Amino acid sequence: MTILFTLTGALFTAASLLAVYRIVRGPSILDRMIASDVLLTTLILVVGAEMVLNGHTRTIPMMLVLASTAIFATVAVARYVSKQDLSTKDDR
Amino acid sequence: MTSDLLLDLAAVVSLLLGAFLSLAAGVGLVRFPDALSRLHAATKPQVLGLIFVVAAIALEARSWSTLLALTPVLLFQVLTAPISAHMVGRAGYRTGNFRKELMLVDELEDAVDRATRESERTAGDADSDSDSGR
Repeated sequence: MTILFTLTGALFTAASLLAVYRIVRGPSILDRMIASDVLLTTLILVVGAEMVLNGHTRTIPMMLVLASTAIFATVAVARYVSKQDLSTKDDR
Repeated sequence: MTSDLLLDLAAVVSLLLGAFLSLAAGVGLVRFPDALSRLHAATKPQVLGLIFVVAAIALEARSWSTLLALTPVLLFQVLTAPISAHMVGRAGYRTGNFRKELMLVDELEDAVDRATRESERTAGDADSDSDSGR
C-alpha cells in the first residue's frame, strides 16, 4: 500500500516537473498557459490524493474552488492573445 | 476485514490511474510539437483523472455523502474545461500557433479567410467614409 502511494506521488511529481519545464521553455504564451493549466489540474488531483492518504475530507472546498476558478486565467490570456495578434496584423 | 482491504486497494489503484493520466499529460506537453496537440494532451487528466481521484476519495471515506460533496467539483470541471480549451484552441489557430504540415484537413481555413476578408472590407468602408467626411 505504501509503495503504491509512493508511486502515485512520484507520478504526480514527474507530471508537475514536466509541466514546469513546458512553462519555462514554451515557445508561445499559449503553450505556457496550457502547461500552467495542467499544473493546476495536477494540484487539484494532489489535494484529492492527500485526502485519500491521510483519510480526511477537509480540503474538498479547496478542490471545489480550484476546479471552478481554473477557467479564468486561461480564458483571459486566450482573449488577450487573439486581440494582441489582430492589432499587430493591422500594424503590418 | 477483507472487504475493507479491497476498498482501500481500489482507492489506491484509482489514485494511481489518475496520477498516470497526469503524467501522460506532462509527457504530452513536453513531447508534442505544437500548441494545439499539446492542448489535446493537457485535457486528459482534467476530466478522467479527476473522476479517478474523486472515486478514490469516496472509496476511502466509504460514504455516499462524500461523493455528493465531490460532485460539484466534477461538475464545475466538466463545465469549464471545454470553454477554456475552446478559447485556447481558437487563439492558437488564429495566431498560427500550429504546424500546417502536420494537418490532414483544415476545415476552418475557408471560414477564417472569409471572415478576415469581410472584416477588411468593412474596415475599408469605414476608412473611406471617414476620408470623404474630412
